[in-house]
Amino acid sequence: MTEALVTGLVVFTLATFIGFEVINKIPPTLHTPLMSGSNAISGIAVVGALLVAGEENWNLTVILGLIAVILATINVVGGFLVTDRMLQMFKKKEGNA
Amino acid sequence: MNEFLPSAIQLSYLTASALFIIGLKQLGSPATARKGNGIAAIGMLIAVVATLLDRQILNYEMIAVAIAIGSIIGAVMAQRVEMTAMPQMVGLLNGFGGAASALVAVGEFWKYLDGAEFVPLSETITIVLSVLIGGITFTGSLLAFVKLEGWISGSPITFPFQQPFNLTLLALFLGAGGLLLINPHNTATFLVLVAISLVLGILFVLPIGGADTPVVISLLNSFSGLAASAAGFVLMNNMLIIAGALVGASGIILTQIMCKAMNRSLANVLFSAFGSAKTISGAGSDTAGDRTVHQIDPEEGAMMLGYARSVVIVPGYGMAVAQAQHTVRELADQLERLGVDVKYAIHPVAGRMPGHMNVLLAEANVPYPKLHDMEDINPEFERTDVALVIGANDVVNPAARHDVASPIYGMPILEVDRAHHTIVIKRGMNAGFSGVENELFYKDKTMMLFGGAKDVVEQLVSSVKEL
Repeated sequence: MTEALVTGLVVFTLATFIGFEVINKIPPTLHTPLMSGSNAISGIAVVGALLVAGEENWNLTVILGLIAVILATINVVGGFLVTDRMLQMFKKKEGNA
Repeated sequence: MNEFLPSAIQLSYLTASALFIIGLKQLGSPATARKGNGIAAIGMLIAVVATLLDRQILNYEMIAVAIAIGSIIGAVMAQRVEMTAMPQMVGLLNGFGGAASALVAVGEFWKYLDGAEFVPLSETITIVLSVLIGGITFTGSLLAFVKLEGWISGSPITFPFQQPFNLTLLALFLGAGGLLLINPHNTATFLVLVAISLVLGILFVLPIGGADTPVVISLLNSFSGLAASAAGFVLMNNMLIIAGALVGASGIILTQIMCKAMNRSLANVLFSAFGSAKTISGAGSDTAGDRTVHQIDPEEGAMMLGYARSVVIVPGYGMAVAQAQHTVRELADQLERLGVDVKYAIHPVAGRMPGHMNVLLAEANVPYPKLHDMEDINPEFERTDVALVIGANDVVNPAARHDVASPIYGMPILEVDRAHHTIVIKRGMNAGFSGVENELFYKDKTMMLFGGAKDVVEQLVSSVKEL
């Protein structure tokens, strides 16, 4: 179990560095879409929620899991759609310019 | 076959993680941003579908219902939200993400309770951590949302012994966490941990004022990612860890940019209750009593703008609140018709979240090559005939350059006072978010146009049309 924890830490640290590298130097124009888009990605908790909600028998774990699925799905769907809506405006404008 | 399915799921997770990274990378340039968002969304779809194949999942009906409910609410929110309300929207979504992560951890805890088997130490630690981060993200984001919606005052809320109180709570949390490690099946201790996490989230956002919202939203964005990562540790799921870490890093970068734009350290933003009554009285505000302002009417303003060679428009949140961005673009169109060179100067903390002003102007069809960042535009003010400040205040206060006693001293500003003339459209003489008096308004070269941003700009447009 501890071994898995260490592996997790390795993955976490490397992913954080990738995150810094990828997102650095992003122009201010895109800060808001970046935030709402990355926000949608943080809705990845939906995967965890699905695993927790998946048990066959009704119990507290399943109920909590289902609530988590609803919240995380709002996060994912709302986040990606609103980002797309914003970026659409940027695109339209580019055509005009 | 039995061996194949788990590997296939893991490989799908790897694919999803790669798509998230590619998507984020493409979000970094206006030309590819929309595609990048789509790629990340596909990654999410792959992750969800792969998870549904997992043998742990048995009650598909309820899950389908939950996903449907979430999708509908999310889609409606995304369609309905006003661009001015984007910070609230992101705040709320952060909160939901944090709550989901915390609930995953709570659910896992209950699973262990039922099983009554031996709980490994690392499992308890990750659950406690996940509950802490997720809980803080949840209530902190909800409070930020409520503040941004204006349901409660946006000004910092403080009470005596706030810091010692928070520290005591944190110590209590650590103590209770330790107890849980010794006895992992103690439900009461666990509930205390959940409660403290939720309270900490509120206490964390309570003392942070309106001017600092961009920082808080960015930081909570980072937290929502870390919460997902923590949930990933609980479930030992690498994809959750990776996706969460990416978002955590992105949020931290934005937080740093915002802090730099305000010349403040993160600790200062979080703990100083900036803009509260206490801070202002401490500031060496040499009162404005006997100084005078030059007031003009819209006709005069229109003359100045119409006969200028170059105009730089400095939009602030006041413009957005008044929903004046479309009228402002109309004014710019009219001025360009007269041959005036019009640019927009965007301060990094204009608006209520990073990049907010750019989105608002994009909505009003302002071409984004006309929007200039602070570093680009500042050297140009000396050659600018008229700087038109609409509903911005602290970000154009020259005191930031020279008045060491001012709370905003050292903050990078848009140097509109270097333009030949400055016109400031403002409702009245109220101080800005930071509660600081703005000496720009008393300069000889500064003309004040009092009134609501939308009304004044509309009058400017009709006067310019007659030129």
